[in-house]
Amino acid sequence: MPIAHTPTAVPVIVDEAKCIADKGCTVCVDVCPLDVLRISDLTGKAYMKYDECWYCMPCETDCPTGAVTVNIPYLLR
Amino acid sequence: MDEIKSGLTEVVCDVLVIGGGTAGPMAAYKAKRHSPGARVVLLEKANVKRSGAIAMGMDGLNNAVVPGYATPEQYTKEITIANDGICDQAPVYKYASRCFKIIQELDGFGIKFQKNENGDFDVKKVHHLGSYVLPMPNGDTVKKALYRQLRREKVLISNRYMATRLLTGRDGQIAGAIAVNTRNAEFLVLRAKTVILCAGAAGRLGLPQSGYLWGTYENATNSGDGYAMAYHAGAALANLECYQINPLIKDYNGPACAYVAGPFGAYTTNSEGNRFIECDYWSGQMMQEFYSELQSGKGPVFLKLNHLHSDTIGKIEAVLHQVERPSRGRFHENRGTNYRERMIEMHISEIGFCSGHSASGVYVDEFARTTVSGLYAAGDMASVPHNYMLGAFTNGAVAGEHAAEVAVNIDLADYNAADVVREQQRVLAATRREDGIPPNQLEYKTRRFVNDYLQPPKVTAKMKLGQARFAEIREDMESAMVVRDAHELMRSLEAASILDCAEMAAFASLFRTESRWGLYHHRVEYPEKNDDDWLCHSILRKRDGRMIAEKRPVAPYIVPIDESERSAYDSQRIRQHA
Ligand SMILES: Cc1cc2nc3c(=O)[nH]c(=O)nc-3n(C[C@H](O)[C@H](O)[C@H](O)COP(=O)(O)OP(=O)(O)OC[C@H]3O[C@@H](n4cnc5c(N)ncnc54)[C@H](O)[C@@H]3O)c2cc1C
Ligand code: SF4
Ligand code: SF4
Repeated sequence: MPIAHTPTAVPVIVDEAKCIADKGCTVCVDVCPLDVLRISDLTGKAYMKYDECWYCMPCETDCPTGAVTVNIPYLLR
Repeated sequence: MDEIKSGLTEVVCDVLVIGGGTAGPMAAYKAKRHSPGARVVLLEKANVKRSGAIAMGMDGLNNAVVPGYATPEQYTKEITIANDGICDQAPVYKYASRCFKIIQELDGFGIKFQKNENGDFDVKKVHHLGSYVLPMPNGDTVKKALYRQLRREKVLISNRYMATRLLTGRDGQIAGAIAVNTRNAEFLVLRAKTVILCAGAAGRLGLPQSGYLWGTYENATNSGDGYAMAYHAGAALANLECYQINPLIKDYNGPACAYVAGPFGAYTTNSEGNRFIECDYWSGQMMQEFYSELQSGKGPVFLKLNHLHSDTIGKIEAVLHQVERPSRGRFHENRGTNYRERMIEMHISEIGFCSGHSASGVYVDEFARTTVSGLYAAGDMASVPHNYMLGAFTNGAVAGEHAAEVAVNIDLADYNAADVVREQQRVLAATRREDGIPPNQLEYKTRRFVNDYLQPPKVTAKMKLGQARFAEIREDMESAMVVRDAHELMRSLEAASILDCAEMAAFASLFRTESRWGLYHHRVEYPEKNDDDWLCHSILRKRDGRMIAEKRPVAPYIVPIDESERSAYDSQRIRQHA
């Protein structure tokens, strides 16, 4: 069975202007219990790779520059 | 990151703790304090800094037994009654006797508990009979405080490793565990003299009404791996049919939370604004009334705060929007729900296994020992009923100390190398396929059928159909599941644990042919509680590769319960309203 990709609006947004992942920060990636954030090879900034979020907020709380915003996932908003 | 690599490392330790949420850090800390020379490994699927139910802290202790407010005898009695008599009291009594010491220790770590003008702990009444709720003004700091202690004691922390199976020795005793790195799929074989399971609730069992797989009440990392691992190692699991079902904010699916707002004067109402339950403490009997009200013309059900003074509401908001589930505030804002004006719409959560809130867990005694030699369990996944956060800490401590004590006196057990090879094959099978069914679809389908067929009211024919559907999903999982990176591999292993738990939930629910614990085990064909035949534990385990269930007598009470007291939790509905 071949696999298709279904689009989904992710709840967590990173302000790339504020994100300092290019300086070596990985805090949000490290703390996320669901392990759904990554640093993009393309932009060098953090982003939500997997839409599997408990809207729990360690990523936002622990980000040193205030770059992360956690929104409520659309299905339950 | 996320590429699948091959690799296998073996590590040797004295005490292995699996799960670094609440019970796990305390178990590891106490094991190390008990035997400073011992190698204590704390293995965590996520990151101990922010993992588990308390990732963002907690607003209070739900079950503190504080001298001057309650006694261990009273607490043991209340939990026995709330649990419809099915309660081995020794572990509950031990918890109740020891938890105040743990509060003082946590206080010493820098976690503060609310005090009144006289400097005494400010305990609130939420339960039906006694007072046990103690607010934590800086509850957001819990994880940080624990982490500091772990570093100080030099506990070896392995983050981003998911334990998948326990290893046992020739005589069935514990020999260690197998784990997989969640970011590169490399294997770790951990040999250990004793192992403590602290992997939390089975919180991804039912599907939330939102349809979002991750929108669970429990931290969604808690996929029931601990229950599945214990089962496959041959351990006994107790009363799994006593599901966890909670009254939550509709859609948001987190607590509203009556334990915080109740002491300020908030309460649960129906859509007419009338109270219909006596007490907001979460019991199966209360959930039954909640369910009935939702089903009646008087639903939906609400948490009512809008009669309170604006300043009081400000105080409640300061707690509810800062700790535990801090995104609550954002959810309400999106919907324009200001507590001052509107009541909060509530609903009933998906089902799960959890002893922290209910009584479904791996069977343990008062030393946190399971029925497998050298294997312990603590926290939400261990069978001590209504255990909550302080229970996880206290029984984690009990387990850590006992496991360390035992470990110094025994040798490592040898495991069977063939078991490791078999487990590697199981784990990696889905990575070897080019295409097929991804884990998220298998998980979705399992959990939808859990809702369709296992949710109470429980109907025999439906549960049997559920079993047939689960068997089909298992076939698909074993023959057609496809996994493309290490992250998805973790999800596939979780989907397998969830399916194991679904099968256990059906099996245990079919076994107990009576109704008990209010909504948690409401069987339509057996609507009455039947103490003559069923005032006993139901025990489920794997024997000769198959699931079996049997009865186990409740241990003789150490705190006697009068005939007249037994029904205290039966009448939760407010009289004049009924
Ligand atoms: C939203 C919410 C609100 C609550 N409010 C309160 C409250 O106000 N007061 C109160 O007293 N109690 C409260 N509770 C209950 C209390 O938080 C729990 O009972 C307690 O924290 C459970 O501790 P635990 O160690 O068993 O589980 P957790 O703290 O959830 O830890 C389990 C850990 O195991 C890890 N894990 C899972 N599977 C694996 C695996 N295969 N390998 C490795 N690691 C694994 C997880 O990542 C997690 O870190 C609340 C619970 C929730 C969910
Ligand atoms: S924590 Fe903040 S700064 Fe660091 S990587 Fe994440 S978004 Fe960027
Ligand atoms: S809200 Fe929680 S689950 Fe979602 S990305 Fe942030 S830390 Fe991860």
